[in-house]
Amino acid sequence: MHSITKTSLAALVAAGVATTATADGHALSGTLRISSDMSNPAPRAVMEKMAADFDALHPDLTVELTIVDREAWKTQIRNALSANPPDVVNWYAATRMTPYVDAGLFMDISDLWEEPEMAALASTKGAMTLDGKQWGVPYTYYQWGVYYRKDIFDELGLSEPATWDEEKANCQAIIDSGRKCYTIGSKFLWTAGGWFDYINSRTNGYDFHIELATGQVPWTDDRVRATFANWRELIDMGAFIDDHQSYSWQEAMPFMIDGEATAYLMGNFSVAAFRDGGLTDDQLDFYQFPVINPDVDYAEDAPTDTFHIASGAQNVDAAKAFLLYVTSPEVQTEINGGDALGQLPVNANASIADDKFIQQGFDMLSNNAGGGIMQFFDRDFDAEMASVGMEGLQEFMVFPDNLDDILDRLEETRQRIYN
Amino acid sequence: MATASTNAPPQRGWYKRNEIAITPWLFLTPAVLFFSVYVIIPIGQSFWISFHEWDGLGEKIFIGTDNYERLLGLGDQRMDRKFETSFWNNIRWLVLYLLAIPMGLFIALLLNQTVRGIRLYKSLFFFPFVISQVVVGLVFSWFYLPNDGLFDVMTGWFGIDIRGGVLGNPNTATYGIIAAGLWPQTAYCMILYLTGLNAVDPEQVEAGRLDGARGWKMLWYVIIPQLKPATFIAFVVTIIGALRSFDFIAVMTNGGPFGSTRVLSFYMFEESLSEFGFRMGYGAAIAVVLFFIMLGFIVYFLYSMWRDEQAAR
Repeated sequence: MHSITKTSLAALVAAGVATTATADGHALSGTLRISSDMSNPAPRAVMEKMAADFDALHPDLTVELTIVDREAWKTQIRNALSANPPDVVNWYAATRMTPYVDAGLFMDISDLWEEPEMAALASTKGAMTLDGKQWGVPYTYYQWGVYYRKDIFDELGLSEPATWDEEKANCQAIIDSGRKCYTIGSKFLWTAGGWFDYINSRTNGYDFHIELATGQVPWTDDRVRATFANWRELIDMGAFIDDHQSYSWQEAMPFMIDGEATAYLMGNFSVAAFRDGGLTDDQLDFYQFPVINPDVDYAEDAPTDTFHIASGAQNVDAAKAFLLYVTSPEVQTEINGGDALGQLPVNANASIADDKFIQQGFDMLSNNAGGGIMQFFDRDFDAEMASVGMEGLQEFMVFPDNLDDILDRLEETRQRIYN
Repeated sequence: MATASTNAPPQRGWYKRNEIAITPWLFLTPAVLFFSVYVIIPIGQSFWISFHEWDGLGEKIFIGTDNYERLLGLGDQRMDRKFETSFWNNIRWLVLYLLAIPMGLFIALLLNQTVRGIRLYKSLFFFPFVISQVVVGLVFSWFYLPNDGLFDVMTGWFGIDIRGGVLGNPNTATYGIIAAGLWPQTAYCMILYLTGLNAVDPEQVEAGRLDGARGWKMLWYVIIPQLKPATFIAFVVTIIGALRSFDFIAVMTNGGPFGSTRVLSFYMFEESLSEFGFRMGYGAAIAVVLFFIMLGFIVYFLYSMWRDEQAAR
């Protein structure tokens, strides 16, 4: 009883802080220490501005911001959380949270999610939930889909495909014109994971995909084979560029910019790189991955980046107030704007940047993703399963005949990890 | 003087009395201390961790020799395929990397003459060893690029097309990386032989010449025996270099394509410290296996050095 009253009291205080803080800001004091992985130039500016603004809102509070290289943070977070942890850290949603939740390093913030303001974040609540509790808040996400050369489609008289048959017919026309349908750089493996996510969820549905991700279905299942059979149709057509295992995702971009390939299954972050590469918005367009099995609903990859409170946080009140601040409609509109992160806001009351890709993505995820939102292969699957799995996917794309051997290997790994 | 010493007061300090026995240990203490803390104790810890399942954060779970059974395929399991691939790649590295020794000797013999500007040529040949391994790896990965890379263009003249490029084809990737590694390693061996050649006794060469030795015979029976110390050092550094081949693999292929270029050190890193890793127990088990492989070489090196010292007495 005591602990319940205490936590609800804390929640009340946090709520009071969040609502009154903007008015007079007297409640928060001390130091709020944030460790962020937003190290690329644009995200870095966003994070620094957010920290400075929050600091300015609360005169008695000092915000200390540490920005760590995004790749390095993936392994450093463990040390950061274990000894003298900061109050707030960046991480990723879904299964990727598991090691820290299991080790008790993330704070359970289910009480924060009870706040009325958080209702506007309902669509992302599932991705933040493990063991029935919420462990963080999202601050941005982005859609995946097929980015394609509209000018080449127009030249060949093609339109955006809605079904798998149209997709293959389009692809055949593109190949006949001496181009490749898709560019991909699979050197770092994860790009192949995107293809698997889409073909598998379009063939077998979101629920099956998540069952596979959580180890409930064997890899040797016939439904998994059906996914690979569909994928193989494209591979056998010669749809993908040659030698993709030698390129990173950036190194594969020139094929599309030079018009040797016409489309790229990618996240929205690639748009900036396409524009830098010289493609105009007239040349570049976007379509949702087509339907394969008409009986299953669209499921979309939309990886979510998050903020968490360390369980060893010193200034929990300020940390909670910061999470509410980050997810508020005004801040969400600002940080996800076209001149900032250029991605999708997590708060339903925030407004969307004036950019055709962001708007199409928002429309797609709000109205046309009834199956569910996937976090991406390497975030939905267990870490070891993901690394063995993506290696197998890359091998499949180069040597499709090895499929039986690959699936046996993945199944062996699944049995070891999940049993 | 003699009387003075016998009449010396008997109350010398404990240290003074044991000075001869203790001083060497005092001098050794810092080295022993640091060597224990940074080398010996961590080796013991690695052995200990390898008997556990541990993600680096939570509780260690003792699982006995399970990690080794999985790694080596004891009992009714298959040997871990990644381990098998890594092990054979390590063997390839060890064998092919030794090519650096004859290549280094060849270049050293070529450069061991007095012509104008020889110092410049020597430093140019030594250059690859000075630049970072990461840079060498990066340059070679561009060299090997499919379609645009110079190597692919050159093989194209002979009508050879390596599917996926050298580094994208699982049959050629490891050899491609070893070739990149040989470039700086050859330069290293060359320098060792150049210094060795300075110490070659001209009188023996003269005597050999009088007895009619020339060409290969001169090299094989007169020069190379005198280069034995240099060869030994070149062998040691090359073996160690081959077992440390981590940087090239990380830069050039990241273990790919589909894990075909992994070696034990890279696999160990992947299992224990990479983004999808943190299986500390399993990583430690790989480390232990690698340790025993290295131990075999180390024992051999120490034994040869000990034998040479015995012979010198």
